[in-house]
Amino acid sequence: MTRRLSLFNVTSLVIGFAFLYLPILLLVVYSFNASRLVTVWGGFSTQWYGALFRNEALMEAAWVTLRIALLSASLATVLGTLAALALTRYGRFTGRTLFTGMVYAPMVMPEVITGLSLLLFFVAIGLDRGFWTITLAHTTLTMCFVTVVVQSRLMTFDRSLEEAAMDLGAPPLRTFFSVTLPLIAPSIVAGFLLAFTLSLDDLVIASFNTGPGATTLPIRIYSQVRLGLSPEINAASTILIGIVTLGVVSATVLSKRSLLRSQRNAH
Amino acid sequence: MTRRPFARRLTDGLVPVIPYLWLGIFFLVPFLIVLKISLSDPAVAQPPYKPVFELSDIVSFFQGLDLENFEVLAGDDLYLSATLSSVRIAALSTVLLLLVGFPIAYGIARAPARHRPLLVALVILPFWTSFLIRIYAWIAILKPEGLLNQALTELGVITDPVHILNTETAVYIGIVYAYLPFMVLPLYASLEKMDDTLLEAALDLGSTPWRAFWTITVPLSMPGIIAGSLLCFIPAVGEFVIPDLLGGSETLMIGRQLWSEFFSNRDWPLASAVAILLLIILVAPIVVYRDVEARRVETQR
Repeated sequence: MTRRLSLFNVTSLVIGFAFLYLPILLLVVYSFNASRLVTVWGGFSTQWYGALFRNEALMEAAWVTLRIALLSASLATVLGTLAALALTRYGRFTGRTLFTGMVYAPMVMPEVITGLSLLLFFVAIGLDRGFWTITLAHTTLTMCFVTVVVQSRLMTFDRSLEEAAMDLGAPPLRTFFSVTLPLIAPSIVAGFLLAFTLSLDDLVIASFNTGPGATTLPIRIYSQVRLGLSPEINAASTILIGIVTLGVVSATVLSKRSLLRSQRNAH
Repeated sequence: MTRRPFARRLTDGLVPVIPYLWLGIFFLVPFLIVLKISLSDPAVAQPPYKPVFELSDIVSFFQGLDLENFEVLAGDDLYLSATLSSVRIAALSTVLLLLVGFPIAYGIARAPARHRPLLVALVILPFWTSFLIRIYAWIAILKPEGLLNQALTELGVITDPVHILNTETAVYIGIVYAYLPFMVLPLYASLEKMDDTLLEAALDLGSTPWRAFWTITVPLSMPGIIAGSLLCFIPAVGEFVIPDLLGGSETLMIGRQLWSEFFSNRDWPLASAVAILLLIILVAPIVVYRDVEARRVETQR
């Protein structure tokens, strides 16, 4: 059948994407506003970007956030990959139902519950709130997302490649590192990026588990937003949106290129 | 199968054990602690709750537990109305998400195959940018002197600004906006697999397009409808950021109540009791979601 977009299809796509992108676009446009009033256009200016870089509290928060995101995403990637392997390669092990429950529940669980319960746990074991408690909390949340991303790749994976390596005498660990890992690498990278972004973005869980000296960027932005709109926040948001867009676009281009290369090598 | 050397069995065994232990320690144990603290009394101390756990005296442990916090919850209309309005707001938002998301997912599924990956990527891209920032963007739009009112006044549609910010309407807009990718993607996944010839056959046999839609498209996309609805409904019930930034003081939601018990009133046991209440509401949807997700992943093979 020749698929043709009806007028209805085109209209719903146009309106849908306008709805998704217009607010972000307006936010970016008004970050270049000369006026201090965010919603009144007063001419083009980049002054808020300068003010942003002179705002030490915001810069400090950005640095803390970045370190937490890198560390928790790395831990989550290792744990999530192991969990994905456990779910796809270990059949029906004891307590599997509980395990899948623990993997899927944190992804939909309201963040206020996850944040509060982890905080009470950290208090109970006597761990001081701060950098490490946020990192551990983010690792726990984001490893579940990594698990799902890597698991869906392992599900569609051609097991005969692993069997061939084993038949040729490669021990399981060697097979894993030289056959399995390279093949699932793109999904592991995707999982890492997802974990990194989620950690960068989180306000609620970080608020519950933060302590002195560990104010993250979302916490800082949130406390400023509660006081009212600020063009500096628009500038900070624009930079974040720019980084994310660049990251997603380059990741897409890279994965497409590596896909093309592997297809070419296969012929 | 031949017996594997002990060392290898050990490393093999670690694969499920490590993530299992991690989630047990950092996900399961914290819940038991929340449950325990929800049953204990508040104390003016740091941390502000009375520890009720003494290994030496199990009897006093059980005597220390009471349902006082839950009696407070049951006795105060605030919590009942916050619970009811959370469920109502989340349910109505989910319906709105279906109405907004379905045409978009349908449009993507009908687009030429070579354009589809780009369209899907465009739906996902906003999800990668900060949630907080995307909600913040709406404040500037919905304010009384904001961009929407400016545009509507300019176009002559209205003379007096409409008040949307700090009302429940703003919360609906925020939830639909923020959760839209979670609705569109599962819907698209089931619509994409649909066989077009079924629709053609129905139309050839004289069915109206509307009837064909309800008797073929909707039932076949049911897995996507269920997955998408749960994926939006469950977190929306406990949503904090959206009602806090867009809803104003009149919007009651349970996640916000938990936040204020914790941060403003510093009543940790009561905050824990609110968390348990929220969890009780969400247990059934979460279990259904886990089953749906597990089945979807298993059938991907």
